[in-house]
Amino acid sequence: MRNIIAFPLLGLVVILQSSLVSEIHLLQGYADLPMLIIAAWALQERVESAWHWAAVACLFTGFISSLPWIIYVIGYIGIVYIARILQRRVWQAPLLAMFSVIFTGTLFMHLLSFGVLTLLGTALPISDVATLITLPALLLNMLFSIPVYTLMRDLSYWVYPAEVMD
Amino acid sequence: MNSRSLQTTIIFLVVGGILALALGGFFGVASNRFSAMFINLQTWIFTRYQGFQDLVTAPGDIVALRQENANLKAQVSQLQAQLIEMQQRVNETEILAALVDFSRSNPESTYKAASVIGRDPSPFLHYIIINRGSNDNIRRGMPVVTNQGLVGRIDAVIADAARVQLITDPASSVNAYLQNADTSAVLYGSVTGDISLDLISQNVKVEPGDLILTSGLGGGYPADLIIGQVVTLRTLEFELFQQATVQPAVDFSRLEIVLAITNFRPVDITPLEPVSP
Repeated sequence: MRNIIAFPLLGLVVILQSSLVSEIHLLQGYADLPMLIIAAWALQERVESAWHWAAVACLFTGFISSLPWIIYVIGYIGIVYIARILQRRVWQAPLLAMFSVIFTGTLFMHLLSFGVLTLLGTALPISDVATLITLPALLLNMLFSIPVYTLMRDLSYWVYPAEVMD
Repeated sequence: MNSRSLQTTIIFLVVGGILALALGGFFGVASNRFSAMFINLQTWIFTRYQGFQDLVTAPGDIVALRQENANLKAQVSQLQAQLIEMQQRVNETEILAALVDFSRSNPESTYKAASVIGRDPSPFLHYIIINRGSNDNIRRGMPVVTNQGLVGRIDAVIADAARVQLITDPASSVNAYLQNADTSAVLYGSVTGDISLDLISQNVKVEPGDLILTSGLGGGYPADLIIGQVVTLRTLEFELFQQATVQPAVDFSRLEIVLAITNFRPVDITPLEPVSP
Protein backbone atom coordinates (compact mmCIF):
# COMPACT_ATOMS: atom_id res chain seq x y z
CA MET A 1 0.00 0.00 0.00
CA ARG A 2 2.91 2.33 0.72
CA ASN A 3 3.80 2.06 -2.96
CA ILE A 4 1.08 4.67 -3.58
CA ILE A 5 3.77 7.20 -2.67
CA ALA A 6 4.99 6.72 -6.25
CA PHE A 7 2.26 9.06 -7.51
CA PRO A 8 2.97 12.14 -5.37
CA LEU A 9 6.72 11.53 -5.40
CA LEU A 10 7.05 11.13 -9.16
CA GLY A 11 4.62 14.01 -9.73
CA LEU A 12 6.85 16.20 -7.57
CA VAL A 13 9.96 14.91 -9.32
CA VAL A 14 8.56 15.78 -12.76
CA ILE A 15 7.62 19.26 -11.51
CA LEU A 16 11.16 19.69 -10.14
CA GLN A 17 12.59 18.43 -13.43
CA SER A 18 10.57 20.96 -15.41
CA SER A 19 10.99 23.97 -13.15
CA LEU A 20 14.36 23.51 -11.42
CA VAL A 21 16.60 20.82 -12.88
CA SER A 22 16.10 22.04 -16.45
CA GLU A 23 17.47 25.42 -15.33
CA ILE A 24 20.66 23.85 -13.93
CA HIS A 25 22.24 23.05 -17.25
CA LEU A 26 25.77 22.34 -18.36
CA LEU A 27 26.14 23.54 -21.95
CA GLN A 28 22.79 22.33 -23.36
CA GLY A 29 22.47 19.20 -21.25
CA TYR A 30 20.75 18.67 -17.92
CA ALA A 31 20.06 15.81 -15.56
CA ASP A 32 17.06 13.51 -15.95
CA LEU A 33 15.68 13.28 -12.43
CA PRO A 34 12.77 10.87 -13.17
CA MET A 35 15.25 8.50 -14.85
CA LEU A 36 17.56 8.66 -11.82
CA ILE A 37 14.66 7.91 -9.47
CA ILE A 38 13.48 4.97 -11.59
CA ALA A 39 16.99 3.53 -11.91
CA ALA A 40 17.76 3.91 -8.19
CA TRP A 41 14.40 2.38 -7.25
CA ALA A 42 14.84 -0.59 -9.58
CA LEU A 43 18.26 -1.30 -8.07
CA GLN A 44 16.93 -1.69 -4.51
CA GLU A 45 16.98 -5.28 -3.36
CA ARG A 46 13.56 -5.38 -1.69
CA VAL A 47 11.69 -3.44 -4.35
CA GLU A 48 9.14 -5.38 -6.40
CA SER A 49 7.28 -2.46 -7.94
CA ALA A 50 9.97 -0.95 -10.20
CA TRP A 51 7.92 -1.56 -13.36
CA HIS A 52 4.91 0.20 -11.88
CA TRP A 53 7.04 3.17 -10.89
CA ALA A 54 8.45 3.33 -14.41
CA ALA A 55 4.92 3.37 -15.81
CA VAL A 56 3.92 6.24 -13.49
CA ALA A 57 7.07 8.19 -14.49
CA CYS A 58 6.22 7.65 -18.17
CA LEU A 59 2.70 8.91 -17.53
CA PHE A 60 3.81 12.15 -15.85
CA THR A 61 6.83 12.90 -18.03
CA GLY A 62 5.01 12.04 -21.26
CA PHE A 63 2.20 14.38 -20.23
CA ILE A 64 4.43 17.40 -19.63
CA SER A 65 7.00 16.88 -22.39
CA SER A 66 6.52 17.38 -26.09
CA LEU A 67 8.89 14.52 -26.83
CA PRO A 68 6.84 11.57 -28.20
CA TRP A 69 5.63 9.55 -25.21
CA ILE A 70 6.85 6.32 -26.77
CA ILE A 71 10.43 7.47 -26.05
CA TYR A 72 9.70 7.61 -22.34
CA VAL A 73 7.84 4.30 -22.36
CA ILE A 74 10.62 2.43 -24.13
CA GLY A 75 13.36 4.40 -22.35
CA TYR A 76 12.17 4.06 -18.75
CA ILE A 77 11.03 0.46 -19.13
CA GLY A 78 14.39 -0.31 -20.73
CA ILE A 79 16.24 1.32 -17.86
CA VAL A 80 14.32 -0.74 -15.31
CA TYR A 81 15.20 -3.83 -17.34
CA ILE A 82 18.90 -2.90 -17.38
CA ALA A 83 18.80 -2.14 -13.65
CA ARG A 84 17.15 -5.47 -12.85
CA ILE A 85 19.79 -7.37 -14.82
CA LEU A 86 22.66 -5.46 -13.19
CA GLN A 87 21.15 -5.75 -9.74
CA ARG A 88 21.47 -9.53 -9.92
CA ARG A 89 25.01 -9.37 -11.32
CA VAL A 90 26.68 -6.67 -9.21
CA TRP A 91 24.48 -6.68 -6.11
CA GLN A 92 27.52 -6.47 -3.80
CA ALA A 93 28.52 -3.05 -5.17
CA PRO A 94 25.27 -1.07 -5.39
CA LEU A 95 26.87 2.25 -6.29
CA LEU A 96 28.82 0.64 -9.11
CA ALA A 97 25.55 -0.82 -10.35
CA MET A 98 23.91 2.63 -10.10
CA PHE A 99 26.71 4.26 -12.10
CA SER A 100 26.50 1.52 -14.72
CA VAL A 101 22.73 1.86 -15.03
CA ILE A 102 22.91 5.65 -15.25
CA PHE A 103 25.67 5.51 -17.84
CA THR A 104 23.90 3.00 -20.10
CA GLY A 105 20.47 4.47 -19.36
CA THR A 106 21.47 8.02 -20.32
CA LEU A 107 23.06 6.84 -23.55
CA PHE A 108 20.02 4.66 -24.28
CA MET A 109 17.53 7.51 -23.66
CA HIS A 110 19.51 9.99 -25.73
CA LEU A 111 20.04 7.55 -28.57
CA LEU A 112 16.32 6.81 -28.55
CA SER A 113 15.41 10.53 -28.50
CA PHE A 114 17.87 11.25 -31.28
CA GLY A 115 16.57 8.37 -33.40
CA VAL A 116 12.87 9.15 -32.99
CA LEU A 117 13.29 12.91 -33.53
CA THR A 118 15.42 12.32 -36.62
CA LEU A 119 12.77 9.95 -37.97
CA LEU A 120 10.16 12.64 -37.37
CA GLY A 121 12.16 15.07 -39.49
CA THR A 122 13.95 17.21 -36.89
CA ALA A 123 17.47 18.14 -37.96
CA LEU A 124 19.84 17.13 -35.15
CA PRO A 125 23.59 17.21 -35.91
CA ILE A 126 25.02 14.20 -34.09
CA SER A 127 28.23 15.99 -33.10
CA ASP A 128 26.25 18.81 -31.43
CA VAL A 129 23.99 16.31 -29.69
CA ALA A 130 26.94 14.29 -28.40
CA THR A 131 29.12 17.17 -27.22
CA LEU A 132 26.53 19.71 -26.09
CA ILE A 133 23.74 17.50 -24.73
CA THR A 134 24.68 13.88 -24.07
CA LEU A 135 28.11 14.25 -22.45
CA PRO A 136 27.11 17.11 -20.10
CA ALA A 137 23.86 15.30 -19.22
CA LEU A 138 25.85 12.14 -18.51
CA LEU A 139 28.13 14.03 -16.14
CA LEU A 140 25.21 15.68 -14.32
CA ASN A 141 23.32 12.37 -14.07
CA MET A 142 26.42 10.74 -12.55
CA LEU A 143 26.75 13.59 -10.05
CA PHE A 144 23.12 13.39 -8.98
CA SER A 145 23.07 9.58 -8.88
CA ILE A 146 24.76 9.23 -5.47
CA PRO A 147 22.30 11.35 -3.42
CA VAL A 148 19.34 9.95 -5.37
CA TYR A 149 20.48 6.37 -4.71
CA THR A 150 20.81 7.07 -0.97
CA LEU A 151 17.36 8.66 -0.81
CA MET A 152 15.72 5.82 -2.70
CA ARG A 153 17.43 3.22 -0.51
CA ASP A 154 15.96 4.89 2.59
CA LEU A 155 12.58 5.10 0.89
CA SER A 156 12.71 1.40 0.02
CA TYR A 157 13.25 0.58 3.72
CA TRP A 158 10.09 2.54 4.49
CA VAL A 159 8.00 1.06 1.68
CA TYR A 160 9.27 -2.49 2.25
CA PRO A 161 10.03 -2.76 5.99
CA ALA A 162 12.07 -5.78 7.07
CA GLU A 163 9.89 -8.65 8.29
CA VAL A 164 10.51 -9.70 11.88
CA MET A 165 10.53 -13.49 12.40
CA ASP A 166 8.92 -14.74 15.61
CA MET B 1 27.37 83.36 71.54
CA ASN B 2 30.16 81.27 73.02
CA SER B 3 33.67 81.24 71.63
CA ARG B 4 33.24 77.85 69.83
CA SER B 5 30.24 78.93 67.80
CA LEU B 6 31.94 82.24 67.00
CA GLN B 7 34.96 80.31 65.73
CA THR B 8 32.74 78.10 63.54
CA THR B 9 30.93 81.13 62.14
CA ILE B 10 34.23 82.83 61.28
CA ILE B 11 35.55 79.66 59.55
CA PHE B 12 32.34 79.35 57.52
CA LEU B 13 32.48 83.01 56.53
CA VAL B 14 36.15 82.77 55.51
CA VAL B 15 35.68 79.57 53.52
CA GLY B 16 32.45 80.89 51.98
CA GLY B 17 34.17 84.13 51.10
CA ILE B 18 37.09 82.33 49.46
CA LEU B 19 34.65 80.15 47.56
CA ALA B 20 32.60 83.14 46.45
CA LEU B 21 35.75 84.93 45.31
CA ALA B 22 36.95 81.77 43.50
CA LEU B 23 33.60 81.28 41.73
CA GLY B 24 33.62 84.99 40.89
CA GLY B 25 36.91 84.47 39.05
CA PHE B 26 39.01 86.55 41.37
CA PHE B 27 41.61 83.80 41.93
CA GLY B 28 42.33 83.26 38.19
CA VAL B 29 44.93 80.54 37.56
CA ALA B 30 44.63 79.02 41.02
CA SER B 31 40.87 78.70 40.58
CA ASN B 32 41.23 77.06 37.15
CA ARG B 33 43.77 74.54 38.42
CA PHE B 34 41.53 73.68 41.29
CA SER B 35 38.50 73.18 39.11
CA ALA B 36 40.52 71.11 36.59
CA MET B 37 41.83 68.93 39.36
CA PHE B 38 38.33 68.56 40.73
CA ILE B 39 36.94 67.60 37.34
CA ASN B 40 39.74 65.08 36.72
CA LEU B 41 39.14 63.53 40.09
CA GLN B 42 35.43 63.34 39.47
CA THR B 43 36.01 61.80 36.06
CA TRP B 44 38.38 59.21 37.49
CA ILE B 45 36.00 58.26 40.25
CA PHE B 46 32.99 58.09 37.94
CA THR B 47 34.87 55.96 35.38
CA ARG B 48 35.96 53.52 38.05
CA TYR B 49 32.45 53.41 39.38
CA GLN B 50 31.04 52.67 35.93
CA GLY B 51 33.59 49.88 35.46
CA PHE B 52 32.61 48.41 38.77
CA GLN B 53 28.93 48.75 37.96
CA ASP B 54 29.46 46.99 34.62
CA LEU B 55 31.30 44.20 36.36
CA VAL B 56 28.51 43.72 38.86
CA THR B 57 25.64 43.94 36.39
CA ALA B 58 27.40 42.22 33.42
CA PRO B 59 25.71 38.77 33.48
CA GLY B 60 22.28 40.29 33.30
CA ASP B 61 23.32 42.61 30.51
CA ILE B 62 24.87 39.80 28.42
CA VAL B 63 21.63 37.88 28.53
CA ALA B 64 19.72 41.02 27.58
CA LEU B 65 22.22 41.83 24.83
CA ARG B 66 22.09 38.31 23.45
CA GLN B 67 18.33 38.49 23.40
CA GLU B 68 18.45 41.87 21.71
CA ASN B 69 21.07 40.58 19.25
CA ALA B 70 18.89 37.59 18.37
CA ASN B 71 15.89 39.87 17.91
CA LEU B 72 17.88 42.20 15.68
CA LYS B 73 19.23 39.28 13.63
CA ALA B 74 15.70 37.98 13.15
CA GLN B 75 14.61 41.46 12.15
CA VAL B 76 17.50 41.75 9.67
CA SER B 77 16.61 38.37 8.15
CA GLN B 78 12.99 39.42 7.87
CA LEU B 79 13.97 42.72 6.25
CA GLN B 80 16.32 40.95 3.84
CA ALA B 81 13.51 38.59 2.83
CA GLN B 82 11.24 41.59 2.36
CA LEU B 83 13.93 43.31 0.31
CA ILE B 84 14.30 40.29 -1.98
CA GLU B 85 10.53 40.11 -2.37
CA MET B 86 10.39 43.82 -3.17
CA GLN B 87 13.21 43.48 -5.71
CA GLN B 88 11.30 40.62 -7.35
CA ARG B 89 8.18 42.76 -7.45
CA VAL B 90 10.13 45.66 -8.91
CA ASN B 91 11.53 43.33 -11.60
CA GLU B 92 8.06 41.97 -12.35
CA THR B 93 6.63 45.47 -12.43
CA GLU B 94 9.34 46.62 -14.84
CA ILE B 95 8.65 43.65 -17.12
CA LEU B 96 4.90 44.21 -16.93
CA ALA B 97 5.31 47.93 -17.59
CA ALA B 98 7.37 47.14 -20.69
CA LEU B 99 4.73 44.63 -21.81
CA VAL B 100 1.93 47.16 -21.25
CA ASP B 101 3.87 49.72 -23.31
CA PHE B 102 4.28 47.10 -26.02
CA SER B 103 0.58 46.22 -26.06
CA ARG B 104 -0.36 49.93 -26.14
CA SER B 105 1.94 50.54 -29.09
CA ASN B 106 0.39 47.55 -30.92
CA PRO B 107 -3.34 48.09 -30.34
CA GLU B 108 -4.36 45.93 -33.32
CA SER B 109 -3.69 42.79 -31.26
CA THR B 110 -5.14 41.63 -27.96
CA TYR B 111 -2.83 40.02 -25.46
CA LYS B 112 -2.96 37.70 -22.49
CA ALA B 113 0.00 37.87 -20.12
CA ALA B 114 1.36 34.61 -18.70
CA SER B 115 4.21 33.61 -16.43
CA VAL B 116 6.76 31.02 -17.47
CA ILE B 117 6.53 28.14 -14.97
CA GLY B 118 8.77 25.50 -16.51
CA ARG B 119 10.66 24.07 -19.43
CA ASP B 120 10.43 20.81 -21.33
CA PRO B 121 12.03 17.95 -19.37
CA SER B 122 13.96 16.86 -22.47
CA PRO B 123 17.16 18.76 -23.37
CA PHE B 124 16.54 17.95 -27.04
CA LEU B 125 13.62 20.34 -27.25
CA HIS B 126 13.12 24.04 -26.57
CA TYR B 127 9.68 24.47 -25.09
CA ILE B 128 8.39 26.47 -22.15
CA ILE B 129 5.31 25.97 -20.02
CA ILE B 130 3.12 28.97 -19.14
CA ASN B 131 0.44 29.34 -16.49
CA ARG B 132 -2.45 30.24 -18.81
CA GLY B 133 -4.59 27.72 -20.65
CA SER B 134 -7.93 27.17 -22.31
CA ASN B 135 -9.71 28.73 -19.31
CA ASP B 136 -8.05 32.00 -20.34
CA ASN B 137 -8.97 31.59 -24.04
CA ILE B 138 -5.50 30.41 -24.99
CA ARG B 139 -5.66 28.23 -28.11
CA ARG B 140 -3.17 26.11 -30.02
CA GLY B 141 -1.20 28.05 -32.63
CA MET B 142 -1.42 31.47 -30.95
CA PRO B 143 1.84 33.44 -31.26
CA VAL B 144 3.71 34.28 -28.07
CA VAL B 145 5.78 37.46 -27.79
CA THR B 146 7.49 39.76 -25.32
CA ASN B 147 8.08 43.47 -25.69
CA GLN B 148 11.43 42.55 -27.28
CA GLY B 149 10.06 40.31 -30.01
CA LEU B 150 8.78 36.90 -31.06
CA VAL B 151 9.09 34.01 -28.59
CA GLY B 152 7.22 31.16 -30.28
CA ARG B 153 3.74 29.76 -30.51
CA ILE B 154 1.35 27.70 -28.41
CA ASP B 155 1.85 24.01 -29.07
CA ALA B 156 -0.47 22.33 -26.57
CA VAL B 157 -3.10 23.59 -24.14
CA ILE B 158 -4.76 22.25 -21.00
CA ALA B 159 -7.20 24.06 -18.72
CA ASP B 160 -4.74 26.19 -16.76
CA ALA B 161 -1.44 25.79 -18.60
CA ALA B 162 -0.01 25.69 -22.08
CA ARG B 163 3.19 24.55 -23.75
CA VAL B 164 4.97 26.98 -26.06
CA GLN B 165 7.32 25.94 -28.83
CA LEU B 166 10.16 28.48 -28.90
CA ILE B 167 11.55 29.69 -32.21
CA THR B 168 14.89 28.20 -31.06
CA ASP B 169 13.44 24.67 -31.06
CA PRO B 170 15.11 22.44 -33.67
CA ALA B 171 11.70 21.59 -35.17
CA SER B 172 10.63 25.24 -35.45
CA SER B 173 10.53 27.18 -38.71
CA VAL B 174 9.25 30.74 -39.16
CA ASN B 175 8.67 32.60 -42.40
CA ALA B 176 10.74 35.75 -42.02
CA TYR B 177 11.17 39.02 -43.83
CA LEU B 178 14.42 40.98 -44.13
CA GLN B 179 13.36 44.59 -43.94
CA ASN B 180 16.42 46.29 -45.49
CA ALA B 181 16.89 43.73 -48.26
CA ASP B 182 13.14 43.53 -48.88
CA THR B 183 13.18 39.78 -49.25
CA SER B 184 11.73 36.69 -47.59
CA ALA B 185 13.58 33.83 -45.91
CA VAL B 186 12.94 31.02 -43.45
CA LEU B 187 14.18 31.03 -39.87
CA TYR B 188 15.18 27.71 -38.29
CA GLY B 189 15.95 26.77 -34.71
CA SER B 190 18.58 24.29 -33.65
CA VAL B 191 19.44 21.89 -30.87
CA THR B 192 22.02 24.37 -29.55
CA GLY B 193 19.39 27.10 -29.16
CA ASP B 194 20.87 29.23 -31.94
CA ILE B 195 18.65 30.45 -34.75
CA SER B 196 19.64 30.85 -38.38
CA LEU B 197 18.13 32.20 -41.54
CA ASP B 198 18.03 30.10 -44.68
CA LEU B 199 16.58 30.27 -48.18
CA ILE B 200 17.81 33.86 -48.75
CA SER B 201 18.02 34.48 -52.45
CA GLN B 202 21.53 34.85 -53.89
CA ASN B 203 20.47 38.03 -55.72
CA VAL B 204 19.81 40.13 -52.62
CA LYS B 205 22.39 41.94 -50.55
CA VAL B 206 22.09 41.31 -46.83
CA GLU B 207 24.21 43.17 -44.28
CA PRO B 208 25.02 42.29 -40.66
CA GLY B 209 22.62 44.22 -38.43
CA ASP B 210 19.65 43.93 -40.81
CA LEU B 211 16.37 43.62 -38.96
CA ILE B 212 14.39 40.37 -39.29
CA LEU B 213 10.60 40.39 -38.93
CA THR B 214 7.90 37.78 -39.39
CA SER B 215 6.55 37.85 -42.93
CA GLY B 216 3.11 36.46 -42.16
CA LEU B 217 3.43 33.99 -45.05
CA GLY B 218 2.02 30.54 -44.35
CA GLY B 219 -0.45 31.87 -41.80
CA GLY B 220 1.48 30.58 -38.80
CA TYR B 221 2.43 33.98 -37.38
CA PRO B 222 1.15 37.54 -37.88
CA ALA B 223 3.35 39.82 -39.96
CA ASP B 224 5.88 42.36 -38.65
CA LEU B 225 6.81 40.82 -35.33
CA ILE B 226 10.48 41.45 -34.53
CA ILE B 227 12.64 38.33 -34.51
CA GLY B 228 16.21 39.62 -34.37
CA GLN B 229 19.14 40.88 -36.37
CA VAL B 230 21.53 39.34 -38.89
CA VAL B 231 24.92 38.65 -37.31
CA THR B 232 26.92 36.99 -40.06
CA LEU B 233 26.13 36.02 -43.63
CA ARG B 234 27.37 32.95 -45.47
CA THR B 235 27.35 33.23 -49.23
CA LEU B 236 28.74 30.43 -51.40
CA GLU B 237 28.50 30.77 -55.17
CA PHE B 238 27.77 27.12 -55.78
CA GLU B 239 24.81 27.09 -53.36
CA LEU B 240 21.28 28.09 -54.33
CA PHE B 241 20.66 30.27 -51.28
CA GLN B 242 22.51 32.35 -48.70
CA GLN B 243 22.42 31.56 -44.99
CA ALA B 244 22.72 33.90 -42.04
CA THR B 245 23.20 33.50 -38.32
CA VAL B 246 20.75 35.53 -36.27
CA GLN B 247 20.93 37.28 -32.92
CA PRO B 248 17.42 36.88 -31.47
CA ALA B 249 15.78 39.97 -30.01
CA VAL B 250 14.50 37.96 -27.05
CA ASP B 251 16.78 36.60 -24.32
CA PHE B 252 15.43 33.05 -24.16
CA SER B 253 17.43 32.16 -21.05
CA ARG B 254 15.60 34.78 -18.97
CA LEU B 255 11.98 34.44 -20.02
CA GLU B 256 9.70 35.27 -17.09
CA ILE B 257 6.51 36.84 -18.43
CA VAL B 258 5.24 36.50 -21.98
CA LEU B 259 2.22 37.69 -23.96
CA ALA B 260 0.01 35.40 -26.04
CA ILE B 261 -1.69 37.15 -28.98
CA THR B 262 -5.24 35.96 -28.46
CA ASN B 263 -6.93 37.51 -31.50
CA PHE B 264 -4.70 35.72 -34.01
CA ARG B 265 -6.01 32.53 -35.55
CA PRO B 266 -3.38 30.51 -37.41
CA VAL B 267 -4.32 29.36 -40.90
CA ASP B 268 -3.78 25.74 -41.76
CA ILE B 269 -2.62 25.74 -45.39
CA THR B 270 -1.86 22.02 -45.52
CA PRO B 271 -4.87 21.23 -47.76
CA LEU B 272 -3.62 23.87 -50.27
CA GLU B 273 -0.12 22.39 -50.52
CA PRO B 274 0.43 20.47 -53.78
CA VAL B 275 0.48 16.71 -53.37
CA SER B 276 3.31 14.96 -55.17
CA PRO B 277 2.02 12.21 -57.49
